[in-house]
Amino acid sequence: MAQTSVRAVAHHAPPQGFVRKYIFSVDHKVIGIQYLTLSLVAAFVGMALSWAMRVHLAWPDVRIPLLGWLSPAGAPGGVMTPEYYLSLMTMHGTIMAFFVLTAAPFAGFGNFMLPIHVGAADMAFPRLNMSSFWVTFVGFLLACATFFIPDGPPLSGWTAYAPLSAVGPVAGPGQGWGQNLWGLSIAMFCIASLLGALNFIVTTLDLRTKGLKLSRLPLATWGWFIDAWVSLLAFAVLLPTCLLLVLDRLGGTSFFIPGGLVFNDQLQPHSGGSPLLFQHLFWFFGHPEVYIIILPAFGIVSHIMPTFIRKPLVGGWKVITFSEIAVGTLSFVVWGHHMFVSGMSPYMAMVFSVPTLFITIPSIIAVLVWVFSLYGANIRFATPLLYSLGFISLFISGGIGGFFLAQPSTDSYLHATSFVVGHFHFTMGLSAIFATFAGFYYWFPKMFGRMMNEKLGKLHFWITFVGVYCIFMTMQLTGFAGAVRRYSALVDDFMIPLIPANRFMTVAALLTGAAQFIFLYNAIWSRFKGRKAPDNPWGATTLEWDTTSPPPFDNFGGRQLTVYHGPMEYDGEASVMQTSPEASVAGT
Amino acid sequence: MNQSELMIALSELAVATEHEIQMEESPYGIDKKKLGMWIFIVSDACTFGAFLFAYGYMRIGAPVWGTPFGFSSIMNGMVMTAVLLSSSLTMLAAVRAAQSGTKALAEKWLAVTMILGAVFAALHLREWFKLFGEGWRLFYNPTGGAQQFGATFFSVTGLHLTHVVSGIIALAFITRGYNQGHYDESHVETAGLYWHFVDLVWMFVFPLMYLMNAR
Repeated sequence: MAQTSVRAVAHHAPPQGFVRKYIFSVDHKVIGIQYLTLSLVAAFVGMALSWAMRVHLAWPDVRIPLLGWLSPAGAPGGVMTPEYYLSLMTMHGTIMAFFVLTAAPFAGFGNFMLPIHVGAADMAFPRLNMSSFWVTFVGFLLACATFFIPDGPPLSGWTAYAPLSAVGPVAGPGQGWGQNLWGLSIAMFCIASLLGALNFIVTTLDLRTKGLKLSRLPLATWGWFIDAWVSLLAFAVLLPTCLLLVLDRLGGTSFFIPGGLVFNDQLQPHSGGSPLLFQHLFWFFGHPEVYIIILPAFGIVSHIMPTFIRKPLVGGWKVITFSEIAVGTLSFVVWGHHMFVSGMSPYMAMVFSVPTLFITIPSIIAVLVWVFSLYGANIRFATPLLYSLGFISLFISGGIGGFFLAQPSTDSYLHATSFVVGHFHFTMGLSAIFATFAGFYYWFPKMFGRMMNEKLGKLHFWITFVGVYCIFMTMQLTGFAGAVRRYSALVDDFMIPLIPANRFMTVAALLTGAAQFIFLYNAIWSRFKGRKAPDNPWGATTLEWDTTSPPPFDNFGGRQLTVYHGPMEYDGEASVMQTSPEASVAGT
Repeated sequence: MNQSELMIALSELAVATEHEIQMEESPYGIDKKKLGMWIFIVSDACTFGAFLFAYGYMRIGAPVWGTPFGFSSIMNGMVMTAVLLSSSLTMLAAVRAAQSGTKALAEKWLAVTMILGAVFAALHLREWFKLFGEGWRLFYNPTGGAQQFGATFFSVTGLHLTHVVSGIIALAFITRGYNQGHYDESHVETAGLYWHFVDLVWMFVFPLMYLMNAR
C-alpha cells in the first residue's frame, strides 16, 4: 500500500544549505513560520502607526520626532498634518487588514498545520506555496515603501474609495505614486492569496490520509478550508478592482470617476464613471474579507477549546462547521450594508439589510456552541484557552454593535462615526488577533519544540484583554456621541467634550501596546530558553500531536497514519488520539 | 453516462496512481493538478465576472452608449469565434490521442490547437488596430458615445486575449515537456481544461461585447 507521506516527500528531497532550508524553502512549516514572522513585523509597524495617531488625537501639539524625520513635509517638526494623519490611518488599515489579520491566522498557522492535520508531508503544490509567500513579502515591501517616497503614503483609507483614489496626484499628498504602489501591493497580495487558497483547497481534499473523512477533519482545518473558498472567490474580485483602479489612474479611463468633478480647482478630464461601482466591487470583496479574517479564528478557537475543556463541543463537528459554511456563503450577499449612505437606492439598502441580519444567526449559533460547551466542563485555564475565551468575549461585544449597523435607520446616524471603528476592531480585528494569540500559545511547542512561559502568557492576556475593552468600548461610546471617524483633531463643538475620553483611550492604547512587548519577549526567550516541549504537551488528539516537536521534515518520519476518530475524543482526563484504534470515549 | 464514457472512466481507474488507490476512502481522490485547475477556473471566472459586471454597470448607467460595430467587425468576430471553437475540438482530439497513448498524434493536435489560438490572437489584434486607426482609445470614443466603450471593450477583450496568449505559451511548454517525456497525458488534459475555459469565456465575451454592440 502506498503511503501519502512517502509519496508527497517524493515532490522534493530534504533541502540542503541555508538558503533552500530557511529562505526560499518549499517546506510548508518554514513557509508558515515565515508568514507568522512577516505578520509579527507588520503588526508592530501597524501598532506604531496607531500609537502615533492616538497620541496626535489626544495631544495635538505633541511632537513625535521620528515622524518629522520620516516625512519632513507630512509632519513638520514632528507634528503631523491632517493629510499625514490620513496617510498613517490608511497604512494602519492596509497593513493590519491584509498583512496581519489575513496573513497570520490563515496563511501562517494554516500553512504550518493544515498538511499535518490531514496527515500529508507537504502542501499539494509546494513551489506554488513558496511563491505565495514571496509575492506577499514583496507586496509588504511595496506597502512599506510608500513611507519613503517624497509624497508619502496614500490617504484614501484601506478601502481606497474612488474618486479620491482614482484621480491621481491632484487629490492630495500620497495620491500620486503612493496610491500606485498601494494598488500594486494589494494586487500582489491578491495573487498570493489566490494561489494560497487554491493550495489549501486541493491539499484538504486530495492529500488526506487513510480514514480521514471530511467528518473527521480537525476543526481548525475546517476553518481554513472554508476560508480558502471564501478567499478564492473574494480576492478574485479585488484583483480586477485594483486593475480597473490602476487603469483609471494610469490609462486615462473613467470607470470610477464621474464627469464634472473638480479637485483643487481643476476640472478632471473624465466623464461617465461611477464611484458606486468601485464601492460595489470593493465591498463584494471587502465584506467577505472580514469573514476571511474571522473564519480561521472560528476554526482555531473551536480546535483549541475541546483540549482544555476536556469534552467535545456541543453539537459535535457538524453544528459549528455548518455555521461556518453558512457564514461564508452569506458573506457574499451582504456587501451593500457598507453602502447605506453612499447614495445607493434605499430599496437596495433594505435588500442588503435582511441578509445582514440573517448572517448573525449562524454567528450566534457558533457563539452559543462555544459558550454552552463550557457548561459542566472540567476547565484547564491555560493561556491558549484564556485567549479563546477572550476571543468569544470580544466577538460578542463587537457583534452586538453589528445589529445597530445592519439597519439602515440606525446606520444613517452611526455611519462614519467612531462607533463603526470600535465595532470592527472588536469583532474582526481583535477577535482575530486573540485567536491568533490562542493559536500561537497553543502551537508554539509544536512549532519550536519549547514551551512558552505560562505566567508571562497570562500577564500578557489580562493586560491586553482589559486594555482593548478600555480602548474600543470607549471608542464605541464616543461614536454614539457623534465623534466622526478619520478626523485628525477634535475641534468641533460637539467633539471637544470627547477630548478626555480620547486621552483615556490613548493612555490605554499605549499601555496595551506596551504589553505586546511582554509577548515578544516571551516568544523570543522561550524559543531559546523555554522548557523542552514533549510531543503532546496539552493532551490533545489531532495529528500534529502525534509527531515530534518540532515535526521532522516529512512531518511523520515516513509513518503511514490511519485515522479512526473525529478530533474531539475527550472525556475528562481520558482522550483518544485520532490515529489510535482504541474505542471512542466521547462517541464522536 | 453512455458506454464509451463509461469505458474511459474505467480505463482511468485502471491506470489510477498509487496515491489514488490509497485515497480510496476519499470521494475526491483525483489528480491534484486537475483539481487545482478546476479551482483556478472557479476563481478566474469570478475575475471575468467582475470585469463583465463593470461593463454592464457602465453600459446601463450611460445616457448614450452607442453601438459602433459594423458588418465587417461582426464578421471578423464570427470568424474568430469559429476559430476558437475549432481549437477546443482539436484540443479534445489531442487529449483523446494522449490518453490512448498515440503520442505523435497528440502532439500534432496540440500543434494545430496552438496554430488556431495564434490565428485567433492575430485576428483579434487586427480588429484592435483597426479600431485604433479609427481613433478609438481606452479613454476616447470617436463616435461621440460613452467614453466607457473603449475602456470596457479593450479591458475585457484584453484580459481574454492575455488568457489566450498565456494558453498558447502554456501549451507550447506542455507539448515540449510531453515530447521529451517529462509530462504525461494528465498534463495535456489539465492544459485542455484551461483551454476549454478560455473558449467558454469567449462565448460570453462575444455576444456581450460584439453582438450587443452591432449597429
